[in-house]
Amino acid sequence: MAARSPLQLFWRRFRRDKVALAALTFIVLLILVAIFAPVIRNVLGLPDPNAGSTEALDDFGLPAGPSSEHPMGVDALGRDIMSRVLDGARVSLLVAFIGTGLSVIIGVTMGMIAGFYRGWVDTGIARTIDVLLAFPVLLLGVGLASACSGREGCLGGALQPGLTVVITIIVIGNWPYVARIIRGQVLSLREKEFVEASKSLGASNTRIIFREILPNLVAPIIVYATLFIPANILLEASLSFLGVGVQPPQASWGQMLSDASSIISSAWWFMLFPGLALLFTVLAFNLVGDGMQDALNPKSSRQR
Amino acid sequence: MAGYIARRLVWMAFLLFVITLLTFIIFSVLPAGDPAVARAGRQPSAELIATIREQLGLDKSKPTQFLNYIGDILPFVGGNGVYFGFSYQNNTEVLPEILERMPVTIFLTAGAVILWLAIGIPIGVLSAVKTGSWMDRLAMGIALVFISAPVYFLGLVVLYLFDNKIGIWKLLPGNSAYLEAGSIGEKAAALFLPWCVLAAAFAAIYARFLRGNLIDTLQEDYIRTARAKGLSERRVVFRHGVRAAITPIVTLLGLDIGLLLGGAILTETVFNIPGIGRYAYNAITVSDLPVIQGTVLFGAFFIVLMSLIVDILYAFIDPRVRY
Amino acid sequence: MPPLLEVENLQVHFETEDGLVKAVDGVSYSVDSGQTFGIVGESGSGKSVSSLTVMGLTRARNARISGSVRFNGKDLLGASEDEMRQIRGNDIAMIFQDPLSSLHPFYKVGAQIAETVRSHRDVTKAQAWDRAVEMLSLVGIPEPRRRADAYPHEFSGGMRQRAMIAMALANDPKLLIADEPTTALDVTVQAQILELIERLQSEFDTAVVVITHDLGVVAEMADEIAVMYAGRIVEKADTDTIFAAPEHPYTWGLLSSIPRLDSPRGEELVPIGGRPPSLINLPTGCSFHPRCPYVREAHKRTEPKLEPVPGRPGHEVACLLPSETRRKLWAELRQGIKPGDARSDVMEEKAL
Repeated sequence: MAARSPLQLFWRRFRRDKVALAALTFIVLLILVAIFAPVIRNVLGLPDPNAGSTEALDDFGLPAGPSSEHPMGVDALGRDIMSRVLDGARVSLLVAFIGTGLSVIIGVTMGMIAGFYRGWVDTGIARTIDVLLAFPVLLLGVGLASACSGREGCLGGALQPGLTVVITIIVIGNWPYVARIIRGQVLSLREKEFVEASKSLGASNTRIIFREILPNLVAPIIVYATLFIPANILLEASLSFLGVGVQPPQASWGQMLSDASSIISSAWWFMLFPGLALLFTVLAFNLVGDGMQDALNPKSSRQR
Repeated sequence: MAGYIARRLVWMAFLLFVITLLTFIIFSVLPAGDPAVARAGRQPSAELIATIREQLGLDKSKPTQFLNYIGDILPFVGGNGVYFGFSYQNNTEVLPEILERMPVTIFLTAGAVILWLAIGIPIGVLSAVKTGSWMDRLAMGIALVFISAPVYFLGLVVLYLFDNKIGIWKLLPGNSAYLEAGSIGEKAAALFLPWCVLAAAFAAIYARFLRGNLIDTLQEDYIRTARAKGLSERRVVFRHGVRAAITPIVTLLGLDIGLLLGGAILTETVFNIPGIGRYAYNAITVSDLPVIQGTVLFGAFFIVLMSLIVDILYAFIDPRVRY
Repeated sequence: MPPLLEVENLQVHFETEDGLVKAVDGVSYSVDSGQTFGIVGESGSGKSVSSLTVMGLTRARNARISGSVRFNGKDLLGASEDEMRQIRGNDIAMIFQDPLSSLHPFYKVGAQIAETVRSHRDVTKAQAWDRAVEMLSLVGIPEPRRRADAYPHEFSGGMRQRAMIAMALANDPKLLIADEPTTALDVTVQAQILELIERLQSEFDTAVVVITHDLGVVAEMADEIAVMYAGRIVEKADTDTIFAAPEHPYTWGLLSSIPRLDSPRGEELVPIGGRPPSLINLPTGCSFHPRCPYVREAHKRTEPKLEPVPGRPGHEVACLLPSETRRKLWAELRQGIKPGDARSDVMEEKAL
């Protein structure tokens, strides 16, 4: 048996998990849908997401349900829901990937600096991490978001309500977790022999960081990223649900749910489709995350 | 042990200070708007704004404002007793409003906690002991769905199906039922659906978490020893396995309780329950910053307090931690 | 008198996605009452798995167990779980390598000992506790009553192992299995623990099976020793014979890697070259052949069987070299003539 690289082993194990594979396919499709939303809209003949029209409302001013014109029905302002759901996909994915990506980058950087340089740099960063982790981030996030949701925004207008605030909150909330784990890993890795060997050969610090330590961190980084993405999607949705996340008229699944909550009995489609979109998306990411953890660590307790 | 508690108390005090500072920064320093203008109502005159500014102490420097703020919220410092600010909207003091709503929030939290522990823990144990069985897969599958669904979606679906006024099968009290409830019995009935919805996600989390922990714990050497001693499997699983695996759950439980006591914003909003969460939500919709600030501070205090309690409890559970 | 423990052709195979792991592949031995039996081998030799299986502790779903294990005439492999539970901790007890991880961190030591007493004897809590204290005293732990109230992490390594022994012997078992009892301990403490086991054994007439990778550990204690390699026993004899006249190259390797006081000055320690074989893809023929300094072509094709050595009934060896050749080779080794050394008479006969 030829030796396989860890990546190949990982992929081979992951592939065997049919459910995770299906979930991954769903995510890929979702990403494509988000990117090509305008195209899909044209193809399906759907109106613009923000184009409300009173034609779609019936005589009482109530929105109409699913029809051939509007496959997912129409909301209270006459806007096509399918169109808005597609738009919402963009928001959710954008927030999830950019937010998580930034958190991971910042977290990894801080963790590595702390673990590698030690001394008071480490102490400072570690204490900050401890403090941030002890905080009710959601709560402060809601607070921050609502403080900045006034017309003038925050920081003298630098932080406007909407996507930027949400991403900021996500980053503030996530990076300490990543940093703490990375710091721990770096601390234990740096004692290992291969780092000592490298040092004794005169390798510079940067070289050690990139060649020796970073490759060993890839696995935990992936695991954390996959854990955070679904949580961040839900966080954005919750903030938007409360009205302090993505602002209208930009569509967001959470915000659509909020709008839907007053008319659920007369317009079930309004709550169902965005809700299902959220459910399936988060579920898919969770399944992929589980699958990845199992593939990286076959003896882990998640093994089915 | 006393040293351990003392250290945790000091840390807690430090944390609370930083939280207060952060809330102050978030709500008083960051927003670009002028609170005096916001409070002054429509078309205020310049003098009105100036007067209000002086009243609120906004004419002083930020650090002084911060000190005043600390004085306000601490019980014995400053002249006002504990003062969390005034609502823009209602012109009422924030803290009493919060305290008035505490019983509801406590009731909601308590019911949900009991429900999710009663469901989550047995499922977690069963799944761990029978890993790989259809029961395990089914339970974990369902758990994953409940974790992935936002609580407000679950709430809306449940209301759509069961709300006795507007639902398809008019079975249970739903939205706003609590407001109309009189006796404790009616209140509990009104909270049944919210309890279920709130408990669903947590039960799923706890079941999965316990399952993972227990599976790992059952691989430990001391479990092998316990079996080698000829103990019954039930004893091995519960007194040796679960006993060890449950400790992180206790920590998690404390934090979750702390979180919920600060107000289950999302659930209370969907079901229109007059708790702290709903109070905060109403304030958010109209940008009533003092109220939001007050609820955030209040919630944060609770979480830090619960994490302290949990840490101390941990020392009782795990003898290794005491030294 | 029939043997206390009779293991016959025990096989423990694990079905894994990479193949069938033959952890134990046809092991037979017997232990008499009051006797000490040593099982020696490297990691992966199957020594621990075979003992865990005797206790019925091999519970993996992918395990395929066959053969027979009889304790006092009773078949253990076919026994029900309830029957096995009555035997474990009661008639057969086991202690493990790392006493810190093998004791529950949350319960007091006395409680853990009392637990094993109460699960097999109908006694009150107080009586069980007294027995716990008694056992702690017996194993040489000072202030046993106070110590029983302490937690495992408050004990030193040696005392922890003593406590484990106390726990194992609390119900007066007829057989004690000690799996690497001294490996996790300091060298100075190792001797004490071995001495303790010996003393208790003669006091209570307990049979002991000591599992170890270190021949030195069983040199004094064991009456009989079995050397295991790749899931099989390759040599079995009484202790004196193993040390004085071993007849398997692997045993020679084990012996020459132990520092001996009587070896010539300056003589090097010779580790056995190569690494333990994969238990999924065992080498063809004799599983030791890739590492054997005396290997011949035929050894790569034929599997050796464990056979008695001519002239010595209690001595069994699984090797394809004829017995005379082996004895000559051993004699040469004793004179310092290493494998491949030109002075060897035997090696000239090698037909490669």
